[in-house]
Amino acid sequence: MIEFFLNDQAVAVDVEPDTPLLWALRENLQKTGTKFGCGQGLCGACTVLVNGNATRSCVLPVSSIAGQRITTIEGLQGEHAVQRAWLSENVSQCGYCQPGQIMSAVGLLQQNGNPGDEDILNAMAGNICRCGTYPRIVKAIKVAAKTLQQTNGGGV
Amino acid sequence: MKPSSLKLSRRKFLIGSGVVGGGLLLGFSLRDAVPVPHLRAGSFQPNAWLQITPQGEVIFQLDKAEMGQGVMTSLSAIIGEELDYDPSRMTIEFAGAHSAFKNPQMGVQITGGSTSVMTGWDPLREAGATARAMLMAAAAQQWQVDASQCKTDDGVVIHPDGQQRSGYGELAAQASQQVQPDNIQLKKPDNYRWIGKSLQRFDSADKVQGKTQFGVDVVMPGMKVAVVVRCPHFGGGLISFDKNSIAGISGVRNVFAIHSGVAIVADGYWQARKAANQLQVEWNKGPLAGLDTAAIMQGQKNALASTEKPFSVQNEGDVAPAFAGATSLVEAEYTVPFFHHSPMEPQNCTGLFVDGLLTLWAPTQTADIARAVASHFTGVPQENIVVESTFLGGGFGRRGYVDFAGEAAAVALQQPGVPVKLMWSREDDMRHDYYRPTAYHKMRAAVDNGGSVTGWHHDFVSTSVLQGFGVDLMHAMLPSWVPTSIARGIGKGVADFVPPYDISMGEGTKIPYAVPNRKVGMVHYDAGIPTGFWRSVSHSFNAFAVEGFFDELAHAVKKDPVEFRREYLKDSPRHLAALNLAVEKSNWNVMPRIAGFGRGVAVHESFGSVVAIVADVRVSGNQYVVKRLVIAVDCGLVINPDQVIAQMEGGAIYGLTAVIKNGVDIYDGACAQSNFHDLPVLRIGESPEIAAYIVPSTDKPGGIGEVAVPPVAPAVANALFAATGKRLRNLPLKLDA
Ligand code: FES
Ligand code: FES
Repeated sequence: MIEFFLNDQAVAVDVEPDTPLLWALRENLQKTGTKFGCGQGLCGACTVLVNGNATRSCVLPVSSIAGQRITTIEGLQGEHAVQRAWLSENVSQCGYCQPGQIMSAVGLLQQNGNPGDEDILNAMAGNICRCGTYPRIVKAIKVAAKTLQQTNGGGV
Repeated sequence: MKPSSLKLSRRKFLIGSGVVGGGLLLGFSLRDAVPVPHLRAGSFQPNAWLQITPQGEVIFQLDKAEMGQGVMTSLSAIIGEELDYDPSRMTIEFAGAHSAFKNPQMGVQITGGSTSVMTGWDPLREAGATARAMLMAAAAQQWQVDASQCKTDDGVVIHPDGQQRSGYGELAAQASQQVQPDNIQLKKPDNYRWIGKSLQRFDSADKVQGKTQFGVDVVMPGMKVAVVVRCPHFGGGLISFDKNSIAGISGVRNVFAIHSGVAIVADGYWQARKAANQLQVEWNKGPLAGLDTAAIMQGQKNALASTEKPFSVQNEGDVAPAFAGATSLVEAEYTVPFFHHSPMEPQNCTGLFVDGLLTLWAPTQTADIARAVASHFTGVPQENIVVESTFLGGGFGRRGYVDFAGEAAAVALQQPGVPVKLMWSREDDMRHDYYRPTAYHKMRAAVDNGGSVTGWHHDFVSTSVLQGFGVDLMHAMLPSWVPTSIARGIGKGVADFVPPYDISMGEGTKIPYAVPNRKVGMVHYDAGIPTGFWRSVSHSFNAFAVEGFFDELAHAVKKDPVEFRREYLKDSPRHLAALNLAVEKSNWNVMPRIAGFGRGVAVHESFGSVVAIVADVRVSGNQYVVKRLVIAVDCGLVINPDQVIAQMEGGAIYGLTAVIKNGVDIYDGACAQSNFHDLPVLRIGESPEIAAYIVPSTDKPGGIGEVAVPPVAPAVANALFAATGKRLRNLPLKLDA
């Protein structure tokens, strides 16, 4: 049994310790919002927050996160400024990469409430979108940053 | 009109050519034939797309795959417009495989060739309008008034007195009793409420919350996960495997051979994958052992040299005297490598076999071909197979092939009563793709003493993408490079599908330019590597050669590439309009004075639309960056302007990956790469600034999903030439090559 906090709830999974967090989330905890894209830390589809930091869950053994705070796309509850910006900018196409993109963006904005272009491109460099929604992702992150600054002075 | 049988003429089968439009689906018999998919008892079912329940729920069966291109929103808007019902309030369901939705010209239910809006435009409007007319007739009957005096307003029929109103749901029962009207009036474009508006996509809210159900997200009680270990060598096969080599890996439930390799069924993906990595297997490398990229590219070139008379794609005027009388000749060779699709969702399919009934949940562009393939590999008759569609995490043509459905069916058959989700890894996905074929182009042009282009002679070699697909279609699903399967599986009529020449290979080679004498010929060359539809199909590589070479001609006669094109586009007003808009918006004539700057242009028609792109590049040493793309599209009447722009952005970025990044290398008859580290794709920092504009039009809608891809490569190549004077004729474009 490995215990951790998932979206502010204490959870426990009974899997082999080397199982990547991605599969524990998707198959044991029924949180299928986090996606499988490459399994090698190369595409970002599986991005979650570990203690607030954007992390690739496909290469993260579940044993290494015991006691830590994990946030997945489900944990944003659809109300997050980043999600709202994604809607207003009509970012999604197929949508498959978007939970990972959104989690990377949330991770960025938690660390940097007013990111410049360079910061955005760096933070999002690990997330592939084959549908080519990159231009809208950049716009949406700026919109979200602005909203967050207005509502709570920069924090998330 | 009954859906036509599978025996089709070749021409009708050309989904890539944009000729599949226009067929009226509305004849599929509306009351007596097959039941509507996902039927609600007591609902009004004017046709297979629509149901209206007595409670007023309007349910639309979406018969096309939603893979990001936005059909869920655009097709709902089209039917909702004529039904007069806000499409955002409709319940939209994936229809799954259903005979009512076979494309009447192709005989299959397919999402491809950018045809969804093109082919849906007439029948969906008629379906909506017919339902509306029947609802109005029902209301008129109740009120004892003339139906033509009634009006509708977003789900309500209004009495001629302007006061009494009746909701569609209240009218459902009586509407079912009405006779289908023969003549229906369609709305005038001026009266559109939803068509032409930038509606927010109906699937966005779920997508940003991770709630959308893709194929990989299908979950069922007691479900197991399967992976298949496949022979890496195309055309190779299994000799033996050692079960004991994976003994002791926890969670593994079953290991057995299927048609494509060795299937491992486990409790979860990680366990199955671990076992797959550890399984000892012996493969027979098959007939392609030893084959590599260099040999294929050379073989292709040789194929042209050794063909006396290439298959004629076009022969206008007479090129021989034009070349004989030329004062100068321009010649060039262009090549493109194999390229992978890599949709973000790796291939997958879930199957359940219970009591002789097989159900598949498949993210596919071709639901009924999935059913045929599943039947072929299991022996379960098609009428006992149900295919339910899910959202697709990208398609790009890859999900027109349903190898994964055949595997899922074969696995499910071995695990009766147990739902099994078959999952491919990224490595599986890249190594067992149906790649964009390689191509070799030999271009020649004759220029007379006045500097006019008088002759155009283009010969090219590539691989048919329809052959493997046609085989799938004909119930003989094993790919054509497996020799025994040809003997075993090819059914009657396959000969129709496997002619020596596949016309779709020539897409985009008939130039829009007023060159009097033109000859285009093609040679089919099949190295045995699986190839397939890749977003914009043959347009993607033919446009590279054609628009790159036409640019060479401009420079050969020392003309500005835009002026030169304008001169030769006098008979092609749509091309000219798109070109002019892109040129204007890009500020073509005001070139920034920046070191290493270059600007190039290309214009190309595909799938009923014309796209012009102006590309700006910045070169430094042997490196370059694509800084900006200005895109102009004429796609006829626009359903959703924002989504047209989104498809221009997405198509351009998809195309750009194949311009900048390495293609697939073949080594020893296998794909030499495996994941995004050695087959990289465009990332956000490499994505140029993109500005897209729409040429206003009231013509019938054209395609949007693929049309931005073809002009990207030549626009960038032309820009690199402008910056460096170096003409790059091989993809990917590399300055140090
Ligand atoms: S699935 Fe984890 S980075 Fe690709
Ligand atoms: S939206 Fe399809 S991969 Fe990003």
